[in-house]
This record gives sequence, C-alpha cells and structure tokens, in this order.
Amino acid sequence: MSDKRGGALHPLVELTRVRLLEFRREPEALFWVFVFPVLLAVALGIAFREKPPAPYQVGVTDPAVAERLAGADGLEVEPIGLAEGLDALSRGRLDVVIEATGAPGKEGAGVRYHYDALRPESRAGQLAADRALQRAFGRRDPVPSVLEPASEVGSRYIDFLIPGIIGLNLMGSSLWGIGFSIVNARTRKLLKRFAATPMRRSHFLLSYVLSRLLFLVLEVAAVAGIGWWIFGVALHGPLAALLLVTVAAAFAFAGLALLLAARPTTIEGVSGWMNLVMLPQWLLSGSFFSYERFPEAVWPLIRALPLTATNDALRAVYRGEPLITGIGPEVAVLAAWGVVSLALAVRRFRWQ
Amino acid sequence: MHDASSPIAARCAGLVKRYPGDDGGVVAVDGLDLEVRRGECFGLLGPNGAGKTTTVEILEGLTTPDEGLVEVLGRRWGDGHDREIRQGLGIQLQETQLADKLTVVETVRLFRSFYERGPDVDGVIGLARLVDKRSARVGKLSGGQKQRLALACALVSDPELLFLDEPTTGLDPQARLHVWEVVEEFLGRGGTVVLTTHYMEEAARLCHRLAIIDHGRRIAQGSPDELVDGLGAEQILELRCAPAPDNVPDSGLDGARLAALPGVAGASVLGGAHESQGWLIRVRDIAAALPAVLAELDRSGAHLEHLATHQATLEDVFVHLTGRGLRDE
Repeated sequence: MSDKRGGALHPLVELTRVRLLEFRREPEALFWVFVFPVLLAVALGIAFREKPPAPYQVGVTDPAVAERLAGADGLEVEPIGLAEGLDALSRGRLDVVIEATGAPGKEGAGVRYHYDALRPESRAGQLAADRALQRAFGRRDPVPSVLEPASEVGSRYIDFLIPGIIGLNLMGSSLWGIGFSIVNARTRKLLKRFAATPMRRSHFLLSYVLSRLLFLVLEVAAVAGIGWWIFGVALHGPLAALLLVTVAAAFAFAGLALLLAARPTTIEGVSGWMNLVMLPQWLLSGSFFSYERFPEAVWPLIRALPLTATNDALRAVYRGEPLITGIGPEVAVLAAWGVVSLALAVRRFRWQ
Repeated sequence: MHDASSPIAARCAGLVKRYPGDDGGVVAVDGLDLEVRRGECFGLLGPNGAGKTTTVEILEGLTTPDEGLVEVLGRRWGDGHDREIRQGLGIQLQETQLADKLTVVETVRLFRSFYERGPDVDGVIGLARLVDKRSARVGKLSGGQKQRLALACALVSDPELLFLDEPTTGLDPQARLHVWEVVEEFLGRGGTVVLTTHYMEEAARLCHRLAIIDHGRRIAQGSPDELVDGLGAEQILELRCAPAPDNVPDSGLDGARLAALPGVAGASVLGGAHESQGWLIRVRDIAAALPAVLAELDRSGAHLEHLATHQATLEDVFVHLTGRGLRDE
C-alpha cells in the first residue's frame, strides 16, 4: 500500500495530518481554542463564586429593641436615628428601619417597620426582622419548622457554567477553525489545485471533521480539567457519555462550518455568515444563563439549536442523569444537524 | 521522439467559452482547435487575456466549455472517468499559493497520497531540485523555489501529460532557468507538456510546437523555427521617428512604400502614438535594405529618433500578426 503511494499514507490520513500540523503551527488558534476558554471559565467562576448569604441590614431607633435583636440569625443590627435611618433605607444601605413607637413591654408600645416594598431584600428583611423581634419578646410558633437551604453539589453557578463553556468552545473552534481555513484555501486557489488532482472531494471535507474530532478531546479536557481542578466541578455521569456528546457536537458544528464555508470567497463574507449563526446561539442557548428565562412557547425552537442541544446534553452528563432520556434527544438533534449540513455542504461546495 | 504520427495526448475542436457580463460578456475562447501529440512540448503563446488559461483549464477539466469537443488521454471529461484521467495528469495552475505553514516534504507527501503511481516522495523532491529545502516551510521559500514546489506537486504521479500555466511568470532569469531545466528533464523522460507563456524565450527554448493565440483564436501554429521563417525575413529593423508636419503633402512613412524597398519583406506600425511612430521592418537583406530605408526616411521628412536591428524572433511573429507586442496592454 505504502509503495503505491510512494511513502505517503491513505489520502484521508494525509489530509487530516496536514490539518493537525497547520493548526499546531498557528499560535493564535491555539490561544483561542485552549487558553481563552480556560481564562473565561476561571474569570466567570471567580466573579460568580458562592458566598454565604448576606445578612439583612436592619436599622433600629430604640437601643433596647436593638439589644434584644442583637445576635439574631441573618440580621445585622445597627442603632440609628430615624431620619438618618430613612435616608440610608432610601439609598439601599439599610434593608429595613424599625421605629419604636413606645417603651417596649409597656402599655401601648409597638414598632413601625419602614421598608421598600419594591425591593425583594427589603421585603424579606422586614419579615425576618419581625420574626426575630416577636420571638425575642416571647412568641412561640404554633407549628414547629426546620430550615433546609439547598446546598447539594452541582447546583452552583460554576457547575452550570463549565458545561456551557465547553459547548461554546466546541461551536467557536469548529466554526472559526474550519471556516477560515477553507475560505483562505479558496482565495489562495488551493482548493482549485486540489480539485485538479484525483483526490476524492469527500476525503477533503471529512478530513476537517476528523481533525475536529481529534482536537475536541484536548479542548474539552482543558476546560473540564480546569473546572474540576480549580472549582471542583465533578463529572457525575460516565466519561464515555461525555465523549459521545462532544463527538456529536463536534460533528454537528463541523458540518455547519463546512456548509457556511461552502461558497464564500472572502474571509469577510464567511465571518458575516458565522456571526449570523453564532450570535443567536450565544444569546439563546443557555451557555451563561438558563434559556428557561425566555417564554416557554419558544423553548422548542431554542432546544432545536445545536448549541442548546450540546449544553443541555453536557449538563445532563455532568449531573449524572439517566442517559437515554438525559442526552438521547439532544444527540439526535446534533446528529441531524451534522448529517443535513454536511450533505448540503458537499452539494454546494465551490472549489474555485 | 515525436512526430506528426505520434498518438494524440490531448485535443480540442471548435472550443468556445463565454463569460457572462453586464456589457454582453466576454468571449474568452472563440472556436479553438488544438492537437497535442505524445512526447512533445506544446506551447500556447499569447498576451495576457488571450484565452490561454481558459483553454488550459478546459483541457484540465476544471472549466466546462460552452461549445466544442475536448479529449484528454483518449477520454472525455464528465463521462464517469474523471478521476482516472486525473491520475494521468500533472497540473500546475497559475497563482496557486500552497499552504505556508507546511514544509516542502509535507506538501509533496500530501499530493503524492492522491495518486496511485509515481516516484516516492523524496524522489519527487529530487526531481524538482528541492532536496536542501526538504524541511523548509513553504512560506520561507523564494519565488523560484515555490514554483519548483508547484512543479513537484504536478510531477508526483509521473504524469503522462503535464500542464504548466505560465510557470515562470514573475521569476528572475536564474530562477526561470531552474524551472526550465526541470521541465526539460521531464521532456527528456518522454513526458508530454502543454505550456502557456507570454515569454517568447521560454516558448522558443521549451516548445516543439506552438500555437499563437490572440482574442481566443489561434492565429498561427508551427515549430518556433517555422513561425519565425514564416516572416520571410532574418532581421528586423526597428525604427522610431517623429512624424513630419501635417501640412506637407505626401509626407511621413508609409507601409506599402517601405515594403516595396529593396531587401525588405514587409513593415508594421507599432502602436499609435501621436508624438512618435514606431516601425518594425522585416528585412531579407540588411545590406540592401538599410540605405534604402534611410533614403525613404529622408524623402518623407520624418525625423529619425531611434534605429536598431535584431534577429527575428517569435515576438516579431506576434507583432507581425497582430500589430501589438506580447506584453502590451
């Protein structure tokens, strides 16, 4: 075999090898694919890291009341004059101001709560302060209650973010990497030169898909590894499922990239198309915040986007959900994107 | 090595290619017939825009003609054997830029993988005289080295038919010579070449037969010697003179009068400059022609600015046929 090709290997192997060599020799591409997503994950992870819930800021006009409230759970009590307290409330520095309307414990004594009904912290602070005050003066709750705040692993923002960044990176590196490389080869008339050889055109297009599949292992490992190492974001599902989802995503995005790069003859042209495809997905597909904030009527549309399918499936694998229901539909969506766009790309591809 | 009875490597007949445009479009190739025989180097000589590249790309199967018949290595494009034809072709396109980030050996190896036969990778690099640049990045090569690499990529299959589209355009004389040597070695091994060029030296050195192309048509064909002999002159007398004042009757130079002078085969005007007028006079006998031409100049009142003679070349053939130079715009 190797004699027939004079020391070269099968064309698909040689084409893929060349893709990898070219990518490795492009320092900027390496930065955007490996370093940038890791920096992004670290920066966002630190910016949105979990902090203990901030106590409610309570201003109290009467020192005796303040003394009774001191040490109450979740309140930070500050004795303050009424005028000054109302000013601090209006500025948002205090959540609630308690004004004593008589000596506590005496006939006719009581308190008046000043708060901002439009501000959730202010409303919640008023309720918390009232409960603490009533208990401090002897109220007994008729129904015993126990508090259980959510604290399970996997529910933090960084746990949400890391799969989103992996998805975003899979989309970006496929589209930029493949799109620019093909349009560049077209403007250099290199595609025409390949078309003049007996090379199978499908081999040429497949080499891009294959090289993406090889690189994605490293890309995913970089972000997932940093997420685990710095933030303790653990994978609860099987590694094989993660691999399956990323392969399906890389296939879908590589197909999409080949379709977008099938005809443009300038880098500007292909950039425009890629932005048109990527921008809606950056906004809608739940990389940084859940798309469930959008009206429920549009969810099916959003879920049909390849990046949404990637993010949902990655999160399902990270949370360790059952595989068939957790990633089955998403992998099917990705496979459909890949097959359809690859088929269209082969038909529309402009070699010169 | 080859003669009129050699088998046909490629031919086209009645070839027409139009490119649509707002102003009615352009007819790039206008009824062209060509026959390339095995073992020869067949040249297409003509100025930029003559339709050489379109013709070659039609033969290469990269462009579809609007009319006409094309046969390459005994087959027609689009009959379901395109990849088999391509196995037998070596192609160097005008202006292909190979990937800068790859090395010479990586590039050759990639192209070699597309073909089922041919020398091994290092053998091809040797043929193109790039052994000491084997591991150099393509982006670091000189213009001549890049062109030899393009040649290497065309030679990987040891092709039956090699297409070279302006292989030395933009190269310095030394680099041009290296490319010619590689092509001559290929011809020496019995290969067939179709070459386009607008350099008459290149055509004269490499080509066994030439078709001179202008405006998509073949205006002459033959070996370089035959074409030059067709001028009926061994020497060319170039002269340029300022025209005589318009108000003097029967003044200025006249082609018919010049052609009738002793020792002269014919004369063509060069360009249409108002200030000065150039003439190329085809001369059979310089000793007889020169005094007669000078006497005619004297009679016409034209003021001589420049006079020179040279051996007739393919350039003169083109000027004779078209009234334009090969590199005029």
